[in-house]
Order: sequence, then C-alpha cells, then structure tokens
Amino acid sequence: MALLEAAGLHASYGLTHVLHGIDFAMEEGHITTLLGANGAGKTTTLRALCGMVKTQGEIRFGGQRIDGRATEDIVRLGIAHVPDGRGTFANLTTEENLRLGAYTRKDKAAVEADLERMYGYFPRLKERRVQQAGTLSGGEQQMLAVSRALMLRPKLMLLDEPSFGLAPLIVKELFGILRTVNEKEHVSMLVVEQNAAMALDLADKAYLIETGRIVLSGAADDIKRDDAVRRSYLGY
Amino acid sequence: MNRRQLIVLAVLLLAACALPFLVSNYRVFQFTLVMVYSIALLGLNILTGYNGQISLGHGAFYAIGAYCAAILMDKMGVPYWATIPVAGAVCLVAGFLFGLPALRLEGLYLALATFALGVALPQLLKYHHFEKWTGGVQGIVISKPDAPAFLTGMGIPLNQDRWLYFFTLAVALVMFWLGWNLLRGRVGRALVAIRDQHTAAEAMGVNTAIYKSLAFGVSAMYTGVAGALGAIAIQFVAPDSFDIFLSIVFLVGIVIGGLASIPGALYGALFIQFIPNIADDISKAAPWAIFGLFLIGFVYLLPAGVAGGVRMAWARLQRKKQNP
Amino acid sequence: MDAFLHQVLAGLATGGIYASLALALVMIYQATHLVNFSQGALAMFCTYIAWSMINAGLPYWVAFFLTVAFAFVLGVVIERVVIRPVENSSVLSVVVVFIALLVIFTSVTGWIYTYTIKTFPSPFPKEFLANKFISPHEMGAICVTLVVLSLLYAFFRFTPLGLAMRAAAQNPESSRLVGIRVGWMLALGWGLASAIGAIAGMMVAPIVFLDPNMMGGILLYAFAAALVGGVDSPGGAVFGGFLVGVLENVLGAFVIGNELKLAVALVLIIGVLVVRPSGFFGKVHVTRV
Repeated sequence: MALLEAAGLHASYGLTHVLHGIDFAMEEGHITTLLGANGAGKTTTLRALCGMVKTQGEIRFGGQRIDGRATEDIVRLGIAHVPDGRGTFANLTTEENLRLGAYTRKDKAAVEADLERMYGYFPRLKERRVQQAGTLSGGEQQMLAVSRALMLRPKLMLLDEPSFGLAPLIVKELFGILRTVNEKEHVSMLVVEQNAAMALDLADKAYLIETGRIVLSGAADDIKRDDAVRRSYLGY
Repeated sequence: MNRRQLIVLAVLLLAACALPFLVSNYRVFQFTLVMVYSIALLGLNILTGYNGQISLGHGAFYAIGAYCAAILMDKMGVPYWATIPVAGAVCLVAGFLFGLPALRLEGLYLALATFALGVALPQLLKYHHFEKWTGGVQGIVISKPDAPAFLTGMGIPLNQDRWLYFFTLAVALVMFWLGWNLLRGRVGRALVAIRDQHTAAEAMGVNTAIYKSLAFGVSAMYTGVAGALGAIAIQFVAPDSFDIFLSIVFLVGIVIGGLASIPGALYGALFIQFIPNIADDISKAAPWAIFGLFLIGFVYLLPAGVAGGVRMAWARLQRKKQNP
Repeated sequence: MDAFLHQVLAGLATGGIYASLALALVMIYQATHLVNFSQGALAMFCTYIAWSMINAGLPYWVAFFLTVAFAFVLGVVIERVVIRPVENSSVLSVVVVFIALLVIFTSVTGWIYTYTIKTFPSPFPKEFLANKFISPHEMGAICVTLVVLSLLYAFFRFTPLGLAMRAAAQNPESSRLVGIRVGWMLALGWGLASAIGAIAGMMVAPIVFLDPNMMGGILLYAFAAALVGGVDSPGGAVFGGFLVGVLENVLGAFVIGNELKLAVALVLIIGVLVVRPSGFFGKVHVTRV
C-alpha cells in the first residue's frame, strides 16, 4: 500500500482551475520529488495535499482519505508541511518556533529530546535559540522550517522549494541532512523543487508537472539520464 | 431617470403634498422629522456608503447645524429660513477641515476617531466657557415659525406644523436633487472608485485627497442642514440630545435603508423615526435592542439594506414577467 | 506636592483599569486586526451580573470569580456565533456588528436593571494598604491590575497554549501547519479579553457607580491608551494605560479642569492617529495592493 496517493486530483483558486486531474503515488520511506517550471502547479499540489485549497478527487494517506479535511486535522495524522517562503513565526524566538512544531504531541520528554536532536543537526540554530526568528538569515530560516516540521515526528514531510534563495553549499548541506533523516528516522519526503539537478540527486522517484498535469514519472536516476528531460528541465 | 421612476416620484410627491391636510398635527411633525433624517442620512451615505469612509461621529455635524440655527435665531434674531444656508456653509467648512487629517486614517482608525468625537461631543457642548452661546446644559429654546402671511392670506389652512413640513419638504427636494446629480456623474463614480480600489483610483489620476475631503465636507453640509431643520422642528437644542447614540442612529439608518442608495435614505429615515415610537410601549430600552438586532440581521442577511431588497424584488418581478 | 502625588497615584489606579481594558482591545486587535467597539458594553454587562450575584447574597470573591468565568464563556460564544460569520467581510460590516453588540448589551442591561444608578461594593477594607494619598479601593485596584497583568504575561510567555495563541494571532496559516486550531484560538482570545474587561468593570464600578453607560468614557480612554502604546503591542497598551490615567488626572486637576476630560481622550486619539499611528511601541505597517 502506498503511503500517499492522489487520484484525479483537481484544485482551484476561486474560479482559476490550476490542477487538472493529477495521479501519483509515494511509497513509504522514499524521497519523491515533484519538478516543474514556475506556475506549473507544484506549490498548489502540496497545498492541496494539506487541505489548504479547494480540491476535487481523492487523496489517500496510509489508505485513509484525507481530501476535504481541515489542515489542522491532516497535520495530526503525521504530515508536516514546510511551506513556500518558510512560514517562519518571525516575531517568536527560534526555540518557540521549534516548540510549536511539536504542538500536537503529548510526550513531553520525547519532545525535549527531539529539540536537542534538531540542535544537533543544525548547531547554528542552537546558537540563535533565543533570537527572534525573523532576524535569522535565509539559510537559517530554512533550517528552522525543516526542524520545525521534524519536531512533529512526521511520517511524511512535504517541502516546498527548500533550496529557494540559498547558496549551493547550504543547499548541499541541507539536502544531506534530509537524506540522513530519511534513512535514519524513516521519514518519507515529497520535495517540490525548481532546482532539478540537486533534487534528482536527492530523490528516489520523480514526477514532472506541467501546467497542472503530470507529464512524466519514473525513478530519479532514469529521469536524470533522459536526454529530453535534461535539455528541457536541467538546462544542459 | 426612466419613465417608471418619474411616475413613482410624481406619485410620491403628490402624496407628500396631500399628507399634512389628512393627518393630525403630531403626525405631520413626525413626517417632518422623517424628511430631516433622510437629509442627514443622505449626507452620511455620501461619505460612508459611496465613498467608504466610516463615520461614527456624524451626530457632531448635526449638532453644529442645530446649534447654528438656534444661536442665530435666539441670540441674533436671524429669520429661520436664513439659518439653513448658514448651517450648511459652516458644516461644509467644518467637514472639509475634519476631512483633511482624516485623509491619513483608514477604515477602522477613522471609525475609531469619529467614535471618539461622538462620545466626547456632549462634554464639549456643555463646556462652561461656551455657555454664553450654547446655553450650557439647559440648551436653547427656539420659537416655531409661522407660515408666511401671503399664503395664509390666500385661505390655505397652513398652521405652524404644516408650514414647517412644506418648508422642510422644499429643502429636502433641493438637497436630494443636488445629491442625485452629484452622485450619478463623474463625482459619484470617482467616490465609488476611491471606495473600492483606492490605490488604483489614484493611479488612474483621480485626486483622491481632494475628493475624500470634499466628500467629508459635502456630507457634513447635508447633515448640518438636517440639524438646523431638526432644531427648528423640535424647537430645542441641548447637549445631551447629541450623544454617541445619535451618531449610532444615523449608522442604523443607512445600514437598514441601504448603503450607496438615494432612496435608502428615505427608507432608513422612516425606520429610525417610527420604530422607537412603536417599541417605546414595550420599554425604554426596547428600541435600542431592536436597532441592534436589526443591524446584525441586516449585515448578515440583507447587506444592501431595504433599498437592495426592493431592487432584488423588482428584478425578480421583471424576470417573472419575461418568463411566464 | 502632596496634591500632585495624590493625582499621580489616583491616576495610576484608574490607569490600571485603562491598561486592562486597553490590553483586552489589543489582544483582539492582534488576532483579528479589528477594534472591538463593544468591549466596554460587554464589561459593563458582566459587572451588572456580578452585582446581581452579590445582591443575591453571594460573597464578593465568589461572585467575582463566577463573573470572570461567565465573561470568558460569553466572549467565546460571541466570537463563535456573532463575529465568525463576518470575520472576513468588509471593515464596515464588522464595525456595524460591533456597534450592534454595543447597543444590544447596553439596552438589554437597561431593560433588565433599569437606568437608575446603583452602588457596587469594594472588597478592600478600610485598612487595606491605607495611606494618605489614595483610597483603599484604589490601592486594591492597582494590586488587582498588576496581578492580572502578571498572570496574563506568564500565560502567554510560558505556557504552550499561550504560545499557540500568540502564533495564531501573528501567522494563522503557519499555525494551521503545526496543527493549531486557529478558530478556537481566536475564540479563546475573545474569552480572555472579555474576562479582563469584566475585571476592569468590577474594579471601576465602586468609583464611578453602576450605570449602563458607565464604560463609555472609560472605553474612550482605553482606546487612547492602546493607540498611544501601539495598537498591536500588549506591553504598549499597559504602558499607555498608566500614562493616560496619570495624564487625565494631572491635567484634569491642574490644567483644564474636570469638565473636558473626554476631550483630552479625543485629542489624544486624533493626535496619535495623525502624528504617529503606530504609537510608542507598535510596528509601522505597509499595505500592499
């Protein structure tokens, strides 16, 4: 049984129809990437999965239908979303941001342990734990956003353009940590990216989306080697 | 205005002229007040309904108009009909001056500032340094004008109440005609553009600052004229009649009557004049409870007010006629 | 000098009440960007409820805490039932609903209790922190204000629920993404604001006597305080409240007389809005089209 599946997923913002019947499936333990150009519908797909947009069609998480449910309930099922623009609580401290990630959890001792683990992955966050989160650099805020999502101990993490606005070295560091988390803690990930090259290195499986429709799917390695894709999306 | 509207207007006018000869003096007085309030409500509607600037303190301009009339008549012996244009002019200036700093205040903050004005008003009117002019807490009593001799001489049975009714009707017709012309032309469109998309309006070359301040001034002028007429009709001005609840009554009037609607001013005026009369029998507090409930009800169910309801009903009737 | 100190201390006592009410206003503003025009009327209504309980024979502090609980529930109910449907409507619609609430609560109170002025007891005995400058009740009011403000501060700063409420007010979308039920946080905020208002009402009633219109002027001062301090800054609201209280008393006693006190509030409000809308501690806002 796939961890996450979508069948005939349509999504609209008001009268604007953005997704036109998307089908995909994600296996547990995998990192899947959703690639596409600007405006293709990548962010909308993630928002549709979290119940933040009006949808039609089916979305199943662990076999259960989650389409039509409120975002707050979907979070409690174990889906953490690192949104477009990071969604940092700018006026709260770094540590407060992290603690909010664990808001729905009841196991206090484990939460404290997880907090220390995040500081282990991202020592720079520990240095800035009482600093206002809005004053952190772009890279640090991205690390904060990812850590906040991990504080949920999610089964599935959705990441919306995590490399956006970050220097390549920082992206490499971040993706390395994502790979580690995926392997050690079995957190499945759906990563939306414009930076196709790095995303295909990270992921196991890839989907290509174009104007609201899936146009290509397959193993990330195969897609990386596909000439047509390389020319259109990887630029070389 | 199409033929249908002209016919409706003509019928209304005829009915209005016949009315004072058919009902008791007290009813004539009440309908005079209905016209007074409709002028005030048209004023507030120009500012809030058409131009989107929320005023919770319009009672202040009503009070200024009322006190103008009272002071001119009582302390300076000015004839009643001359006080109307003076009250209008004073309020035009006062409104424009208030509109200038108000330019910096958006929606909620403007509501807050005007609310503060409305609450502080009675205290300002009672201030002992002004007592010589305002009559302090006791206020000023005005004498009711008589109908002009040349008309009564002709045998028309015009007592004081009836004369005042026709005088007010004449002023109301002038004010409504002025307002109608203003609002259906370029000025009206500019006001609505500013209300709906302020920045876009500016980008299109509408001088929003001038229009907004003028809207304030014109709106105040209407309310001031109403205040003067009201003072003459009631024959009395005193600070406690001009508290925040007067401003709130005006708000009730335009919401119930219909925002951005000229007939709405009349519907609203009928509502605020007659509901208290009916509800007073239940309890002194009842009219206000009813106002409050109607306000909430209309915001949820009929945001375009009675005027909107009338339009919808009429449109539905037209559709039925076309698809039998 | 004695007279001046007396005015300053009395100003701090009423200032504490303004600070509490201003804090209630700011709490709702932070979460909704709306100013609750009916905050005073709600507080007044709850104070009358307390009066009924005391008159029925309940001891003061029992009535006090029952009223606070009642006010909390009332606030939650109003947010869920009355405000929710118009939350995302135009500013005018929301303002009209607030005014309607003000009018309904004022008139219902007048209907049930009539408009005759009533006395409201003070729980602070004559010996309470007695001094030559201000009355025991004014001392008590300052203490109660400080206790309430400290409890609130601790709640927001140190508890998970307080953190969630702060988050929901600042960034509702991100809050949903961590599982916070933003709608209920809003309702809770209203409940707390209403409870604070009720406490302010019960503290001020012994001074100004109970009457359906008693909170009108006080609400105006609370507005002025919130604006002076910065309408999105709770700390600013508290600072503003004490400042406005002292200013009102000192100016009233020594400069302009007691007649124009509301005019002072009016001038403050318009002055702050025109000169420095973000107040002392608030943030300057940029609107994007």
